Amino acid sequence: MQQDAPSVSAWPKAPRSAAAVEADRIRCVETEVIIIGGGGAGTSAALHLALRGVSVILLERGLVGSQATGSNYGGVRQQGRHPAGIPLAIKSRAIWARLPELTDTDAEFDPCGHLKLARTEAEEQSLLDWNATAAEYGLRPRMIGRNAIRDLHPYFSDTVIAGSLMEEDGTANPRLLAPALARAAKAAGASIREHHAVTAMAHDGALFHVTANGQDFRAPWLLNCAGFWGGQVAASFGEAVPIAALHPNMLVTEPLPYFLRNSLGVVGGDLYLRQIPRGNVIFGGGHGEGDEDALSTRPTPQASFGAMQRAIAVLPGLRDAMIIRSWTGTDGQMPDKFPVIGASHTTPGLLHAFGLCGEGFQTGPGIGAVLSELVMDGRTDVPLDAFDIGRFRVQDAAA
Amino acid sequence: MKTVVVVGAGPAGIRAVEQLVRSGLRPIWIDEAPDGGGRVTQRPPAGFTRDAAALYGADAGRAKRLHATLDAMKPRTDWRPDTLVWNIRPETRTLQTLTGGSEQGEVSYDALILCTGAVDRVVPFPGWTMPGVTTLGGAQVALKSQGVGIGVSPVLIGSGPLLILTALQYIKAGAKPALVLDTTHFLQKFWETSGLLWNTPTFLRGVMMDFRLRLSGVQYVEDATPIAIEGDSAVTAVRWRDTGWKEHVTPCDAVALGWGLKPESQLADLAGVPFDYDTKQQNWVPRRDSAGRTAVPGLFLAGDGAGIGGAEVAELAGARAALALLADNHLPSDAALTVHLDTRLRTEARFRAALDRAFPYPAKLAAKMADEVSVCRCEVISAGELRAAAAADAPEMNRAKAFSRVGMGRCQGRLCGPPAAEVLADALGVKVDQVGRLRGQPPVKPIPVQ
Repeated sequence: MQQDAPSVSAWPKAPRSAAAVEADRIRCVETEVIIIGGGGAGTSAALHLALRGVSVILLERGLVGSQATGSNYGGVRQQGRHPAGIPLAIKSRAIWARLPELTDTDAEFDPCGHLKLARTEAEEQSLLDWNATAAEYGLRPRMIGRNAIRDLHPYFSDTVIAGSLMEEDGTANPRLLAPALARAAKAAGASIREHHAVTAMAHDGALFHVTANGQDFRAPWLLNCAGFWGGQVAASFGEAVPIAALHPNMLVTEPLPYFLRNSLGVVGGDLYLRQIPRGNVIFGGGHGEGDEDALSTRPTPQASFGAMQRAIAVLPGLRDAMIIRSWTGTDGQMPDKFPVIGASHTTPGLLHAFGLCGEGFQTGPGIGAVLSELVMDGRTDVPLDAFDIGRFRVQDAAA
Repeated sequence: MKTVVVVGAGPAGIRAVEQLVRSGLRPIWIDEAPDGGGRVTQRPPAGFTRDAAALYGADAGRAKRLHATLDAMKPRTDWRPDTLVWNIRPETRTLQTLTGGSEQGEVSYDALILCTGAVDRVVPFPGWTMPGVTTLGGAQVALKSQGVGIGVSPVLIGSGPLLILTALQYIKAGAKPALVLDTTHFLQKFWETSGLLWNTPTFLRGVMMDFRLRLSGVQYVEDATPIAIEGDSAVTAVRWRDTGWKEHVTPCDAVALGWGLKPESQLADLAGVPFDYDTKQQNWVPRRDSAGRTAVPGLFLAGDGAGIGGAEVAELAGARAALALLADNHLPSDAALTVHLDTRLRTEARFRAALDRAFPYPAKLAAKMADEVSVCRCEVISAGELRAAAAADAPEMNRAKAFSRVGMGRCQGRLCGPPAAEVLADALGVKVDQVGRLRGQPPVKPIPVQ
């Protein structure tokens, strides 16, 4: 019935002359660094490299920040990190503070504090244990005991017996981070190529050859910042890793009277919840589903109901608030819940930063800085041993 | 065929269920309203006693016939009124439902006909979010459902048959409009006369309605442009410009707006049905064949939710989709009726095309709205903020939503999506279909935290 209605799914492209298009097609673009993936890590790497005068091209399949970076909960949290990941989280937190100076925007970063709640004595003990570890790294989380938490947060149910507050942690708007970093990178001279899906990549012993959107690119450095799909990039260079897709299931309510300044987490991680100043309560926990080939994700009713019940258990006042939207995205999850960051073991010039296990929103800006240091200085002040891709090779050989 | 589900009990849903029952099936029948009936033939709450002629005017015959079938079918189906379908999972062929605003449920289906209807299409302009402003559809529902008007001296603004129909219904109810403002030029309508003759009875009814309005003594202006709705906490007047660019102020106590309808197609979207931009309707419509089949296995679409056709077409399309479902599943279906419906639907499509040309959506009015106008009323986002998003490199609607929050509120872009797309496309200098549409996310309407 709609035979003469055109089907349009493509985004508009900037008008370019036919001659320019043709010239591009036949010319192979040479650069110093190619980045695959325009999430927080990739766009931050592009920015940090461009600021140091490096010629860099970022290839993004869709629009920057379309996957995990743009669809996550928005937590900017050092609290609860595995000790081996704390230095990276601290480095990234410093960049979050400098975001306005780097990008002309704060991406709505608000150091509102992250309050992690204990619902059992064992959970309370785990908060105390982590706080002791964090102190060794110079972090200063503050324990809030049974009476104080009742006084300070009268809206919690009796389920909550204690909490630990990291005052310098906070939240930001996930939709704004990668576009802001990409804009700043572009202004610093980086080439950000959206709608450039990589279709072929290889290393000739000296240079990487990457084809994206029908165009060939060549560079001595390749940064794999492709999130879940970073597993495919690694595999194409002989470094397959056991990566799984992670789809955090999230919901948002209509605006409610503002009552909650801190972003909340719980020991065990099955609930995270925050309220933005305009009143909406954003929360998640549990997993949605996705089709990684079709690039489609969807929340599941089971996960949504589970998160609702856990949210009410902590904040009974949320009952009957209206949910206006739910969503999920695609992140990469490693078996040990620890990202892959650092040099390839098979290919010189290949640096990995993928499979960020739900923590990449906070760490992405820091990871980009680390990658730029590895390229330019051959070293970084953040210990990366725990992130090494080599830790999976024994299992792969056995599999 | 194990379980057939029909969502919606308006003209399309009623006629779909009728054919399924005729074939010996007992479908699950879900509707959001307490007693079914749809919007055009909206039923008053239980206990209201006004008769059909008073409620539906010229539509009384249709309403009576539809309601008679509705009531006859209820006991022959698994009837589930007061139930919102808020999500669909095509992989598992399940629907998530909310009954009575509080009771969650899940319904499995083998085949499904979505008859989800339409919503008014509005063009924001200064004052449109003020208390006392509603849609033409809303103004009608107030009359039909509650027997009250939106005011005693309302101004009605828009274009299309609904504008004139609503005006006549308000005159009849004793609330004579202070002004009926039609953004379409008389000649625009006149030129389409030949196409409108594809449905001569409806066309003649339209002409009669038009004459009645012109003879009613109500001020009826054409090719006029609304400028602003005035008032502090409530509507006091409408400022508008006539075809000669002269400004007028018309005092009033309420305003209703509407420029045709937009399909309520969120469930089809969540099911993964591809959408096309229909340049005649100026709407995104889910792709389906002439019988209502979609590319999603087991899923059929009918009525305004599958592309605007009006109540008469919805009845035909509802029956046709049910016959397609029956035929596809090798169940008995009325072959002669199928042929008849196909013929009627082809003719009606020509009529509708002429109607769409006669009453175009004032895309330019939307595209050029002033920067300070609130385009997204849920999130209070101005057209200027949306244009700033375009400048910040938002080449399509979902990115513009991410930057500006347009469409992130309670209505999830059901109302603001189309005018926002016009603003964005104009700011980017591209055609409106090139900025795409807001992607659907569950729930299609709000559900409670439980």
